[in-house]
Amino acid sequence: MRFATLWKLVAAFTFAAPAMAQTATMPPSQAAQATAPGQNNGPLQVEITGGAGAPTPIAIPPMPTTQTVNTAAGSTDVLGQKLAGVITDDLRNSGLFSPVAANRLRAVTVPEVTAPAFDYWSTTGAQVLVEGYVRANGDGSLTVGCYLYDVYARTELTGQGFVVQPADWRRAGHKCADTVYTRLTGEGPYFDSRVVYVSETGPKAHRIKRLAIMDQDGANHRFLTNGQSIVLTPRFAPNRQSIVYMSYADKQPSIYVYDIGSGRQRLLVRGDRLTFAPRFSPDGRYVLFSMAVGGNTDIYRISASGGAPQRLTTSPGIDTGGSYSPDGSRIVFESDRSGAQQIYVMNADGSNQHRISFGGGRYATPVWSPKGDLIAFTHIGGTFQIGVMSPDGSNEKLLTHGWQDEGPTWSPNGRVIMFFRTTQGGRGTSDLWSVDKTGVAERRIPTPLDGSDPAWGPLRP
Amino acid sequence: MAKLKTTLIAATALVAVAGCSKKRPAELPPPPSETPPPAPAPVDNSGQVGNTVVPGSAADFKQSVSSDTVHFDTDKSDIDPQAQQILDSQAQWLAKYPNVRITIEGHCDERGTREYNLALGDRRANAAKNYLAERGVDPSRINTISYGKERPIALGSDEASWAQNRRAVTVVIE
Repeated sequence: MRFATLWKLVAAFTFAAPAMAQTATMPPSQAAQATAPGQNNGPLQVEITGGAGAPTPIAIPPMPTTQTVNTAAGSTDVLGQKLAGVITDDLRNSGLFSPVAANRLRAVTVPEVTAPAFDYWSTTGAQVLVEGYVRANGDGSLTVGCYLYDVYARTELTGQGFVVQPADWRRAGHKCADTVYTRLTGEGPYFDSRVVYVSETGPKAHRIKRLAIMDQDGANHRFLTNGQSIVLTPRFAPNRQSIVYMSYADKQPSIYVYDIGSGRQRLLVRGDRLTFAPRFSPDGRYVLFSMAVGGNTDIYRISASGGAPQRLTTSPGIDTGGSYSPDGSRIVFESDRSGAQQIYVMNADGSNQHRISFGGGRYATPVWSPKGDLIAFTHIGGTFQIGVMSPDGSNEKLLTHGWQDEGPTWSPNGRVIMFFRTTQGGRGTSDLWSVDKTGVAERRIPTPLDGSDPAWGPLRP
Repeated sequence: MAKLKTTLIAATALVAVAGCSKKRPAELPPPPSETPPPAPAPVDNSGQVGNTVVPGSAADFKQSVSSDTVHFDTDKSDIDPQAQQILDSQAQWLAKYPNVRITIEGHCDERGTREYNLALGDRRANAAKNYLAERGVDPSRINTISYGKERPIALGSDEASWAQNRRAVTVVIE
């Protein structure tokens, strides 16, 4: 229901690139149809229980093409191989799937895509099989077919087709991976999304920081600012069209809204106070932010189009880092009003402020999951660790074990957390990492330079 | 830049004139080389002969006061006795040059999260500002800015480095 709401929001805005279309005319597979998606079909639900289950073996052979055609993204047969690679990486990196090794993947012909050679595939150890095809349409677009099969039951579990412009070919791969993932896990999709973050380089005393945007798998990386001013903590707008962030341009630390399509930006909060830690509300109408007045920092809310800030906290301590619940009714934030950083929750109007963190050590950077069930945070003990807890503070679990892991951000489906890890010492640097909310599948996100302050954007329609 | 220096020199000369003699304010100020420097030999080692430090300048400030930097304990913004002495020295200099404006930069060590450290740096800068104001420096002359943990001067991940980074730095605006 929440994703349906996002779709309505998207429809209200013009989008530079055409949204991906799902074609209705897919060749039906000759495998027996499995029962409808959502029905439990025996052993084919991937269990997500604290990472206890082994990853599901899955075969993803290169996708054949109906006819080899040169496109703006390369020839369709090469695209078919690359698409299988995109899907394989997505599913492996989730930690829940174990792709069959490339040398056991047989080349697949187009007729096989709808009539899989189950005799062969059952010898590879795969429990599920993803087959698809690439077709260049007459109008320059591409169609990518995507079928998911249960190898043992020899049934088709689901089939989808995606029509994309050649420049968006990777998105078809992510959509196919999302189709497979959602069908088998029951979780929401997340692979077709982007991440905005701060790219870092240079010596520790004078890091050069630039805003950058990329696909969640690191592809299509682009710098958005030139590094002349320190930039910090970028966050996506829910409609994915703009980014709110903090910049030291003109030595005036201020919050700006940056339009991704045009590259133009505007100052959001007027005045000469230190303003920072911005974050959009789920409906995109407001931006939460922190403002320091005479040494005291509090959380404010301002209309996303600017105007007069509305103050939400008044304690003499440092109150910062506000993050809305997905229904917009509550805000989680950090405050040192008790003497040290702890996590608090309040209503969106600032009422009923109450502390929820009571473990040992300090708690910072809380972020509410898009699913609403968890709050991710940075725990400060001897080291910094990423953790999650329920919104009432219970069920606390620490997930990572670096020296300084901080700044969590949630995938659109509330399953995976991206954060940044800093290493010790004079040559210490920061990099982006991700981990499943159960603590498995911790891995580094490839970026051209170093990175920090990641913010995961919403699913793309 | 030349324009600015002239302004400062004129202001300095006026102060000296007003405080010490009965010369009319309309009289031209003496050229810089004849103005005795208010402090010991300049630290400038550019090698230029006769290159004196301009009174009321940032270089003058740095060599005149006991330090341009005060330090803080972990997660604290208290002005301890050592910091008080340093800020007293800064206040004295600032009293001599009432037209000089300053920015106090607040900094933190790396052992804090990004946004909290921005707030803590601001707290430290304002603690130093408030102390100077209590010592008679007009707060309208004092800008503050926080760099959180973005600009450390000591690069190690050890107590000694972190102690150096927890600081408020007073910078003369030129």
